[in-house]
Amino acid sequence: MPTDRTLPRLRKVVITGISGRLGRIVARRLHHDLDWQIVGLDRRPMQGRPKDIEHHQVDLRSKKARDIFRVGDVDALVHLGVMHDPRARPAELYSWNITGTTKLLEYCQAYRVPKVVLVSSANVYGPRPDNPQFLTEDAPLLAAQRFPQMRDLVEIDHLVSTFLWRAQQVETVILRPVHIVGPVHNAPSNYLRIERPPILLGFDPMVQLIHVQDVAEAIASALVPGRRGIYNLVGPGEVPLSAVLKELGREPVAIPHPFAKPILSLAFRLGISSFPVAELDFIRYVCMVDGRRASAELGFRPQFGLRDTIHAVDELA
Amino acid sequence: MPDDDIVGRTQALVVRGNEFGFDEFGLSRDSFRGAARVARWLYRNYFRASAFGIEHIPAQGRAIFVSNHSGQLPFDGLVIAAATFLEPPQPRLVRSMVEYFVPTVPFASYLFARWGQITGTPENCRRLLASEEAVLVFPEGARGISKPFSKRYQLAEFGKGFMRLALEMQAPIVPVAVIGAEEQAPAINVKLLARLLGTPSFPVVPYPPFVPLVPLPVKYRVYFGEPMMFTGDPDDDEDVLDEKAKIVKNRIQSMIHLGLREREHVFW
Repeated sequence: MPTDRTLPRLRKVVITGISGRLGRIVARRLHHDLDWQIVGLDRRPMQGRPKDIEHHQVDLRSKKARDIFRVGDVDALVHLGVMHDPRARPAELYSWNITGTTKLLEYCQAYRVPKVVLVSSANVYGPRPDNPQFLTEDAPLLAAQRFPQMRDLVEIDHLVSTFLWRAQQVETVILRPVHIVGPVHNAPSNYLRIERPPILLGFDPMVQLIHVQDVAEAIASALVPGRRGIYNLVGPGEVPLSAVLKELGREPVAIPHPFAKPILSLAFRLGISSFPVAELDFIRYVCMVDGRRASAELGFRPQFGLRDTIHAVDELA
Repeated sequence: MPDDDIVGRTQALVVRGNEFGFDEFGLSRDSFRGAARVARWLYRNYFRASAFGIEHIPAQGRAIFVSNHSGQLPFDGLVIAAATFLEPPQPRLVRSMVEYFVPTVPFASYLFARWGQITGTPENCRRLLASEEAVLVFPEGARGISKPFSKRYQLAEFGKGFMRLALEMQAPIVPVAVIGAEEQAPAINVKLLARLLGTPSFPVVPYPPFVPLVPLPVKYRVYFGEPMMFTGDPDDDEDVLDEKAKIVKNRIQSMIHLGLREREHVFW
């Protein structure tokens, strides 16, 4: 390759929530491609930031966040900044998530950002006894029905889906990955790292896991021009929850389901357990998705096998 | 293969399992084997079942088994599944559709799945048929299983979902008639209690504990009919689908009549 060649202008991608572990993994993946200029947008500082990554430590809802887009040279937005800290105040979470997302979408439309990628979750469909074994992208998002704590997640997905149809000039992609596992701090990975995790007596639903690197790969593939739509992302296969815990050598504690809610909410309030009660149904009923659309249209194939994916939760240093 | 070779027969089943031994619906050969032993004992020793028309059980490929449903307790499903597993030279796994409340019941929630049962949504059926598996459907549903003793061997109204599925997936229908289940828990329907409790029926049996829990040791007879193929538009008018569903219903009804004529006694 001739060294004196003038480099083409790098494409600029704004990543919200870049300071989180998922954010850093995604940034590293896009950084690796060499054709992206990465701009971080997060309230938290970004640790271990390479020099060529620009970072703005601002609130999504602030004027400064708008200024990043105002210049008009942003080529893509990857929105990972959905906050679901179970210990934060619900009102603050709601404002951050809903107002923040609405503003971002406004900027993208006003300043002609051609690509928006939202990393939502397959959890938006909600675990239910009458779910088909594999939900497709057009299934209703019912997660908030039994647990209102899930409403932020559902509402953000709805906001962006509406945007997908309304803002026709923007290529919007919504990714709904199954439980993301790996060296990240999210509910499923934290749960699988507990030595004696709570399970519900007599329940052992089938679960799907996806390696965080595979999610980063899917984001990179969603950024390819011409791609738009809603995609479920599935990992290497389906296994019962008990098989996952056995593979990791955990010793689950079975709680009869009528007592699980009061026991776990008490333990949560006392700070003994960090298991969010809103997620109880995920260890009771199936909430699995059909990933054939992503495989056909994005060419997405998980690179990590079942065992590697399961053991990825222990990679956390 | 002898029918008491549960290990060999289980091994011969087509299971699309992953490296952990589970298929996508949660079926596992290890769990199935245990259940198959119990099912065989019930099939051979308790119900002393006889199967007829075994040559009509397709050895492979998609198929919808359609049967009458009766007897308050779903042992007819178990007997049909045991027959397709134990009787033919190549054992066949027939997956039945369970009601939506089953996943809310502790233990049943996952054990049924380990043994190959699936929640009865049309999507699940479609997916299994597309993978060339066999499913068992009771088009009478709860209307059939909970009907009182006085209505025995009279088919209740058939749902049309199975016909829509058969047309859409181009799957052959294997008609099945089960004789014996009607007498396993002869019940009357106490309408007043049903209304009070808000359930579709409230069956009471004339012996302790008065609710149908344990089936009487009746003799089961299972008839498999020649597979039927239908063609047409799955989105046709209800009437058109109904016509086709009636053909299957009439076939099963005549198989039931034949079975009742051949039967010498309820218990042997």
